[in-house]
Amino acid sequence: MTDLMQVLASGVLMGLVYALISLGLTLIWGVVEIVNFAHGDFLMLAMYLAFTIYAAFHLDPLISLPLVVIALAIFGVIIHKFVIRPVLKAPMLAQIFVTFGLMIFLRGMAQFIWGPDYKAIPDPLVSGSVQIGGVYLSLPQMVAGVGSVLGAAIIAWIVYRTELGRGLRAVAEDREAASLMGISPEKMYIATWALGAGSLGIAGALLVNFFYVFPEVGGVFGLLAFVTVALGGFGSVAGAFIAGIIIGLVQMSAGFFIDPAIKDIPVYLIYLLVVVLRPQGLLGEF
Amino acid sequence: MLVVDKLSVSYDEAPALRDVSLEVTQGELVAIIGANGAGKSTLLKAIAGLLHPDAGSIRFDGQELAGRPPYEIVGMGLALTPEGRRLFSRMSVYENLLVGATPNRDQEARQALMKEVFDLFPRLKERQKQKAGTLSGGEQQMLAIGRSLMSQPRLLMLDEPSLGLMPLLVDQILETLQRLNQERGMTILLVEQNVREALEIAHRGYVLQSGRIVAADDANTLLHSDLVRRAYLGI
Ligand SMILES: Nc1ncnc2c1ncn2[C@@H]1O[C@H](COP(=O)(O)OP(=O)(O)O)[C@@H](O)[C@H]1O
Ligand SMILES: [Mg+2]
Repeated sequence: MTDLMQVLASGVLMGLVYALISLGLTLIWGVVEIVNFAHGDFLMLAMYLAFTIYAAFHLDPLISLPLVVIALAIFGVIIHKFVIRPVLKAPMLAQIFVTFGLMIFLRGMAQFIWGPDYKAIPDPLVSGSVQIGGVYLSLPQMVAGVGSVLGAAIIAWIVYRTELGRGLRAVAEDREAASLMGISPEKMYIATWALGAGSLGIAGALLVNFFYVFPEVGGVFGLLAFVTVALGGFGSVAGAFIAGIIIGLVQMSAGFFIDPAIKDIPVYLIYLLVVVLRPQGLLGEF
Repeated sequence: MLVVDKLSVSYDEAPALRDVSLEVTQGELVAIIGANGAGKSTLLKAIAGLLHPDAGSIRFDGQELAGRPPYEIVGMGLALTPEGRRLFSRMSVYENLLVGATPNRDQEARQALMKEVFDLFPRLKERQKQKAGTLSGGEQQMLAIGRSLMSQPRLLMLDEPSLGLMPLLVDQILETLQRLNQERGMTILLVEQNVREALEIAHRGYVLQSGRIVAADDANTLLHSDLVRRAYLGI
């Protein structure tokens, strides 16, 4: 029973982080209509950035988080302007090659700058665990879970409650109609990349407290984000949130009850089932 | 107010409009009629900035529009209610209206405009929290028009606002446009396939055939002309 509670608790906490990570992916897909294969590698950059700020200035990732968010947002906008924009009207295949190429480039760059080995924050501000009713919860994971909920809430608030968000949703639903209403799609694209990459700044700074960072770490999270988005429904904010938690739970249960080495297999199984049985995901679009 | 001069537009080499000239003066209700595929939508899209003309000019209050993006043109006071309504179906009625108000940043002005739209279409007020996609066809068209009015246009262009509506609703929508024109002085450029109804409410009309203007006259004269009677009214 406590085992189950333990698994559920850590599954939900990780799932919340996956949810936040996949929000950016789903937003970029929904508004800009680009599948960003380098999404996980943006996260990798955020983790390295938080790690580097720590290594250089001994500033904890939880404190440098706003800086990392701003840096990632700016990075996202730069990528849009110089990498994505030129292929916006190109065929889908060209777009896939571009974001795939970006992924490979970012991994190579990380390898070059930080080397191939695993890095971790040796003494994070928040560490250890608390025991609640027989269940041990890792404090950094709890901070990451709560932080991800806050991050996701801010994004959901922007998307559903502000003028900017209305513009984003309008462009996502009908770009031409939105432009007839006075909305510049390009401005919405820029905002989307800033939001999508910025949210990875939050996730990266939270994750690096308890997860190793290495050049390929984006592969792990990027793939999970794709599964989450596919399960939740491409373009759906609420769907990404629910799906993130489901993925976290499945992953942790499989890791605990079967074998940690195969914890991702049921996740990909879900992905295949969704693609075959319900390609639109759990919830349609946002 | 609007002067279109020798406008030519094509889709990948295939010409859709050739040397189209037309004019709309302040306070007028002008109708453009023509068969399916004549180029009516192409003309309105080019004026609204969705299509780039090959040649010719589009002047609105003396300013050249050709080459400007649609989101700038609507800010200048020229709105298009597109064919097929193109509502944001996943947003509420209220949100659709707010999106329409994008060029108008002043919150108080927005609320005042919203009230005007609700006065014109009380149904929208009742359904303001409902998703646009759940409205009936007639209500959707009201919302499409209301959404355009939220940008406070000086010239409103409508592309087949009666498309897909029952005859009773067609009359209602066209009557509303006439009221907008007569009571609120809204200048209107209307594209319609309901030739008789459109010419009955319009001051002037143009007939578009295969991308060219083939007739331009008082609406009443057009309505009784051989060309219109034979080609569009089947008399
Ligand atoms: N997106 C497009 N691409 C290519 N040809 C088009 C496109 N839209 C319209 N056309 C062609 O341009 C002509 C005019 O179309 P349109 O302006 O939509 O006519 P109308 O609105 O009068 O029915 C038609 O021959 C149509 O086939
Ligand atoms: Mg048309």
